[in-house]
Amino acid sequence: MKPILEIKNISKKFRIDHELQPYLSLRDSVFSLFRRKNNHSTEDFWALKNVSFDVHPGESVGIIGKNGAGKSTLLKILSKITPPTEGKILSRGRIASLLEVGTGFHGELSGRENIFLNGSILGMKRKEIQKKFDEIVDFSGVEKFLDTPLKHYSSGMQLRLAFAVAAFLEPEILLIDEVLAVGDAEFQKKCLGKMEDVTKNEGRTVIFVSHNMTAMKTLCTRGVLLKNGSTANSGTMEEVIDYYLRESEKKHLVVNTFAENKKKEAQILKVSVIDENGSPAGSFDLNKPFSLVIEYDIRESITGLSVSVAIAQAGESQNIITSNEAELNPETLKTRQTGHYKSLIKFPEKLLNVGSYRLRIGITSHRTVYDVVDEIFIDIFDSVGIFQNLGYEKKNSILSMQFNWDTTRSN
Amino acid sequence: MINFVFSTQIMEYEIRPASKISLGLKELWEFRELFYFFTWRDIKVKYKQTILGILWAILQPFMLMLVFTMFFGQALGVHTDNNTPYPIFVYSGLLLWNIFSSGLANASNSMVSNSGIIKKIYFPRLIIPMSAILVALFDFLMALVVYIVILIYYGQAVNPNIIIYLPLSIFITILATFGLGTWLSAINVKYRDFRYVIPFLIQILLFLTPVIYPVSIIKFKWAQTILMLNPMAGAIDLLRSSVTHSAVNLQLVMTSLCVSILLFFAGLFYFRKTEYYFADLS
Repeated sequence: MKPILEIKNISKKFRIDHELQPYLSLRDSVFSLFRRKNNHSTEDFWALKNVSFDVHPGESVGIIGKNGAGKSTLLKILSKITPPTEGKILSRGRIASLLEVGTGFHGELSGRENIFLNGSILGMKRKEIQKKFDEIVDFSGVEKFLDTPLKHYSSGMQLRLAFAVAAFLEPEILLIDEVLAVGDAEFQKKCLGKMEDVTKNEGRTVIFVSHNMTAMKTLCTRGVLLKNGSTANSGTMEEVIDYYLRESEKKHLVVNTFAENKKKEAQILKVSVIDENGSPAGSFDLNKPFSLVIEYDIRESITGLSVSVAIAQAGESQNIITSNEAELNPETLKTRQTGHYKSLIKFPEKLLNVGSYRLRIGITSHRTVYDVVDEIFIDIFDSVGIFQNLGYEKKNSILSMQFNWDTTRSN
Repeated sequence: MINFVFSTQIMEYEIRPASKISLGLKELWEFRELFYFFTWRDIKVKYKQTILGILWAILQPFMLMLVFTMFFGQALGVHTDNNTPYPIFVYSGLLLWNIFSSGLANASNSMVSNSGIIKKIYFPRLIIPMSAILVALFDFLMALVVYIVILIYYGQAVNPNIIIYLPLSIFITILATFGLGTWLSAINVKYRDFRYVIPFLIQILLFLTPVIYPVSIIKFKWAQTILMLNPMAGAIDLLRSSVTHSAVNLQLVMTSLCVSILLFFAGLFYFRKTEYYFADLS
């Protein structure tokens, strides 16, 4: 049987201009006419490099990889949103993509109207939508509010409606990007059930991108691991997930140990970041707390010594968060006895946003730097993904703290 | 970018690096329902959000007509061809001018305001500025009703050639609006500060177009030549000649037609050239 999708040497290049804003402005362009060209520093960034694989009819393929590995770019190319720089894709079926649920939803329009609009945007014909209308409404459970403007819906209801429309798409090939991890647990279960139905019983060809490894294991038969834009591994989903988890742990050195150096008066020996269950890991759920464990030796009694940690975005130098043991506990500045110490620093959930971070740990006194460990990296991922659903990649800030809004209305 | 190859049973197609520039009419036809839905959404949302609703489409040109009549017709005493009542004269111009100006304004913002959809779903991008212009055409139909009422009120005799002149003038207007609109919408995606220029541009164009004054008022030969390059000048002159019973300035109309066709292809070409990267830029 011929593959339904042949992906051949796909590459995608982005040009990063270090001087310009993310988008062009006419003002900058006009001014740059008068400037000499050579002081322009642009850099080519390959989001994807020579990615090739075939998908056979009825297969469900899971694409996994770290943030920035090129998963979403690949889906965007497959769904024709952006063209590849090199390579080609041969498709033998209609592709529909679900990169977010509720694309094009409009608050002023009623639920009924939005079903038609969204369905049409997703590539359904009007007759198709009419035929499945009752099923869609039934699945969404919002029949009472069908003629209410969408802006009066709760976010949960909007999500239900959006997913219901998407669930009844019937293309030969369906692309799904991280959209199943939204809503409450019950709704997630319903969605996953529907997806299982689509992949297993209906035999549709589906390509998934998700961080939810458990869901990927149940839904996908084959897996592709992307790493820095290239295929790092492929095979059965289970194999690829196992490989990925082993690799990411190896690379992250979940537990970082350092050889003893007796010349140092104080030295960091072991650093690990642990999840809420106490097991060391390299990536953490945004919605869960994590802790940093530092073990260090003090070999001479020192006064005014403090241990501190700084967190910055990977690749950036500006610290986002710093914490010092003495901040809340000045007692520790007093002369410290020699010995082996262990500190545990708890970070709350919803602190860091999705992304990669570098942790720097130092033992310093007022004048001296005794020891610094600089290369602890952690990844934060979002298993709930509310913001992906609002149409953003993530919350538009470095931190992901959430606050209560108390809104009252008066006339 | 996409080549369709029809095999015996299933449709095959390729996704390749962007290179070829085609009109993609076949693809546009395939997505005609989406085109319809976008237009329907824009019209619906536009009138749901105004208190007066659909009445607004009628009131807007009517109020403009009153204001222009007061200042240019009464106070300044602009002479119209064959002494046609000034309200009729100005409204014939406003009718077409509104398609052009609101079509241009809608289209130029359309790509940016729909960037959320552009980044998530593929469809021929041309649908977006096209449906934005179609919304302006819907307003025109509303305004046309008022036009007929005014003509009846003044008992103005209309030359039967309006049956040909009106569609032809609309045709020229749409070509020009489409050309300039798609071009502006593409530039607007590329340069985000360009949107501040557009209202200013439209305002200047209003005075460079014989909406409030007749073409004959311009005495200098060179100024008339410049005016000819404005496609709206010919379109308005053509429609007006049917109600003012003056001779059609054939040279003007033909030039306008040519300029609008030129604008149409220039805009389309530029849009097609840049559309592949809209998702990366927006």
